[in-house]
Amino acid sequence: MSTIPKTPPLVEQLKGGLDAPICLTWELTYACNLACVHCLSSSGRRDPKELSTAEAKDLVDQLAALQVFYVNIGGGEPMLRKDFFEIVEHSVSNGVGVKFSTNGTYLDRAAAERLVELPYLDVQISLDGMTPEVNDAVRGAGSHAKALEAMGHLRDVGFEDFKISIVCTRHNVDQLDEFKALADDHGAQLRITRLRPSGRGVDSYHDLRLTNPQQRQVFHWILDHPDVLTGDSFFHLNALTTETGGSNLPGLNMCGAGRVVCLIDPIGDVYACPFVIHDEFLAGNVRDGGGFASVWRESTLFTELREPTSAGACASCGSYDACQGGCMATKFFTGLPLDGPDPDCIHGHADEALAGIAAGSAPRPSQDHSRPGAAVPVALTRKS
Amino acid sequence: MTVTEPTTEQTTEAVEGQDQTTDELVTDDVLVEEISIDGMCGVY
Amino acid sequence: MPFDPADRYRLSPRVGLRPEPFGALAYHYDTRRLVFLKSNDLVDLVRSLEDHDSAAAAIDALVDPSTGRRSTYLTALASLCESGVVEPMLESAA
Repeated sequence: MSTIPKTPPLVEQLKGGLDAPICLTWELTYACNLACVHCLSSSGRRDPKELSTAEAKDLVDQLAALQVFYVNIGGGEPMLRKDFFEIVEHSVSNGVGVKFSTNGTYLDRAAAERLVELPYLDVQISLDGMTPEVNDAVRGAGSHAKALEAMGHLRDVGFEDFKISIVCTRHNVDQLDEFKALADDHGAQLRITRLRPSGRGVDSYHDLRLTNPQQRQVFHWILDHPDVLTGDSFFHLNALTTETGGSNLPGLNMCGAGRVVCLIDPIGDVYACPFVIHDEFLAGNVRDGGGFASVWRESTLFTELREPTSAGACASCGSYDACQGGCMATKFFTGLPLDGPDPDCIHGHADEALAGIAAGSAPRPSQDHSRPGAAVPVALTRKS
Repeated sequence: MTVTEPTTEQTTEAVEGQDQTTDELVTDDVLVEEISIDGMCGVY
Repeated sequence: MPFDPADRYRLSPRVGLRPEPFGALAYHYDTRRLVFLKSNDLVDLVRSLEDHDSAAAAIDALVDPSTGRRSTYLTALASLCESGVVEPMLESAA
């Protein structure tokens, strides 16, 4: 009698890393016309060392050879690159799909008409409030109107299933039903994501982060709306299932950084994910000898991230299997150890440690591309 | 263009293998597993 | 169309199949569905489908019937058919 070998759980194989990313985030430029208070890439000014058009297209060719299935293009504001369409069209015509994220300022009717004709392309419009009062406080005067205009253009040209992406904050969490209706009105899909204290978010985090009751509110709202995308970014909230005895949020509940995804920034630097633009999580640069493949497969950082992790300080908590200790980026930029609870641990296990972090001692982003004098939409006080 | 987003559920099928004694480990040889594009943080 | 082992199938041309140490990743460019093939034998089977007159024949060429794994592969192919990774070959496409 022979036995059938059990194939290992898929999530364990994914945590060990793949030979190439499934997809990756590619920030095309640090230039941006906005100055959102929570910008994960601290964007504003173009970096003079940006990849050239030729370098960008060569990178696409490298990704195509690796069979990276698609790229999530962002920035800054990617449509500010004069070669935006050239890069996008080169990508989709070489088997690398494109999903790109934009504030919509430059997505006029002509752009919408051009985009709807492209295969393997998806668009995501960023919005953080249903009203200018809520939205523009984070994203700047006029940004709400521009985003809505862009959505209208996409709807008018028949672009189906584009995405509207919301970063959940203390000030917009009560508008989730309205965001859903907005998406439905436009034939679009709603996506909500977790705010991390990354980039300029380091300074605005304490004013924008969800309260504990609001986290519960979001958790239940997500369970009630399975057709809303979350990018698995709320998996730390699965710790709630030990209280409710109910189901986990859909998804694998895993951090993909350096394992199945990564970030390529405008100057070719490769980071574990878009929320850890910091030297500590810099794996290499695509301009290095071996190109992107060599960084993905051989960098010290990614090799380390693909090693099995232990629960560390979370070992004694019954929720660890569900929440996996939360988000690496969020722990890093709040000064917490990576092998312990997430600052938003729903059980409050990080509260004491957080209170003990001396003001100003948590890591700061390694770079700041903010435009000098760019108005922060509201004066946000930083809790010490 | 039409982009159809995948469901968030994973599809698995239980497979009836050969006869097993109760002493043997239960084997579950599911060779295909679908993962939601929305299902890993960083994949979106 | 439900999976029928008597039909002839092929890997869909709309799918990118990417080898991994444990098998392969299949990404459908139209539906955006991502499917994992968890054994190299299954990957070989999928690639061999269009060389046989039926899915059943392709399985028989690969799998020793005495191992009892035939149903494992039938189930796997049915699943891949449902997600569009493999598709029936029309007579005119042969």
